[in-house]
Amino acid sequence: MKPPTFDYVRPASVAEAIDALAAHPDSKVLAGGQSLIPMMNMRLARPTALVDIGRLDELAGIEANGSLRVGATARQSTVLENEQVGRRWPLITAALVHVGHPATRARGTFGGSIAHGEPASELPAVMLACDARFLLRGGSGEREVAADDFFVGHYTTVLADDELLVQVEVPDPAGSAWGFGEIVRRHGDYALAGAAVRLAVDGDGTVEEARVALFGVSGRPIRATAAEEHLLGTRLGDERAAAEAGRAALSGTEVTDDSFVSATYRHDAAAAVVERALLEAALRRRGTN
Amino acid sequence: METKQGTVAVTLTVNGEKRVGVAEPRMLLSDFLRHGLGMTGTHVGCEQGVCGACTVLIDGQPGRSCLAFAVQVEGATVDTVEGMAEPGELSDVQQAFRAEHGLQCGFCTPGFLASTQALLEQNPDPTDDEIREYLSGNVCRCTGYQGIIAAVRRVATERKAASHDA
Repeated sequence: MKPPTFDYVRPASVAEAIDALAAHPDSKVLAGGQSLIPMMNMRLARPTALVDIGRLDELAGIEANGSLRVGATARQSTVLENEQVGRRWPLITAALVHVGHPATRARGTFGGSIAHGEPASELPAVMLACDARFLLRGGSGEREVAADDFFVGHYTTVLADDELLVQVEVPDPAGSAWGFGEIVRRHGDYALAGAAVRLAVDGDGTVEEARVALFGVSGRPIRATAAEEHLLGTRLGDERAAAEAGRAALSGTEVTDDSFVSATYRHDAAAAVVERALLEAALRRRGTN
Repeated sequence: METKQGTVAVTLTVNGEKRVGVAEPRMLLSDFLRHGLGMTGTHVGCEQGVCGACTVLIDGQPGRSCLAFAVQVEGATVDTVEGMAEPGELSDVQQAFRAEHGLQCGFCTPGFLASTQALLEQNPDPTDDEIREYLSGNVCRCTGYQGIIAAVRRVATERKAASHDA
């Protein structure tokens, strides 16, 4: 297999990268390449130029003061091994274990997985659950976009052609409960259905805020707002509430029906992963108290 | 800013030796190793990052050579199966794969060896679960995985014993 021909551009700074994206119509950003290169090998993607930001050290940092700031090109394996992330943002660590395999995580980047906009990948949904914000820089300056507003559809985000995702900011989840689960054919594959949940609970264990994000079930990662509404005011770990939230998760959503599994299967799978993630969140919380 | 079109020179340190070849930007590292440098020990399976047969070490980290362009890793250190032992000899990992029947047709073996080497570097005494988890990105279609896992366990045990003796 041979990818189509392209010009290869290696900018020395973020500013140069933005110039290069503007100068090359139909170009794509190359970071780790672990999703883009397979698509090019299969000729599903035919960019005329690749702008390689993989060596821009200014984008590779990880900072955890209050909120977590991850540079777009920090490798997935580096974030996975980061102790601060593991301690304070365990939902991210738990999800990263399911992102590909050690050999793809060593090259694949945190920001790349988000900017690629694959609807069945883990990190975009985790970003929704975490209420993350993305810093974008482009020809017309810098802007911040909430994860809720970033994902548009299959491989489509609000990123403009000459815009780069430079940093991901995740607020301190201080004390919130969390759960993560997915159904896959093989570990490391894209999920057939997956859920990332984060819940703020009061001293009595009553859910005050719920963020339930789904991946693999629709054209983009989504918030299951009906499930979230169901959970407000219930007690964390209430089995009936968890089951009802699971059943409500996909109401009003156009569910993917493809050659792997049917939409009906995905409905049931999504209900199951949401329910499990909620019960797991409760169990884990009990374990730490 | 560097822009590369047409055919360009790529320099890599492969198994400790500086090697120069020519490549179009679209040439995958796997093809560069095999066709550009004539090093056919790295095997090419699915070319979409699923099978793991082409796994090599790039700057000490495991990587799919079919998911990297040669120009992208220009200047990097790449370690392939050819560099694991002197010609005619086997490394301890290779020896263990042989002893435990960790290969049959051998097609997937270079990738498994690279992944195993990386695993044991990061985690010298992995549990069976950790071995399975780490090698889950490598596919074997004939031997199955029991022999491979036994081989990894054997290397870990032997290395531990050797370090105790030392």
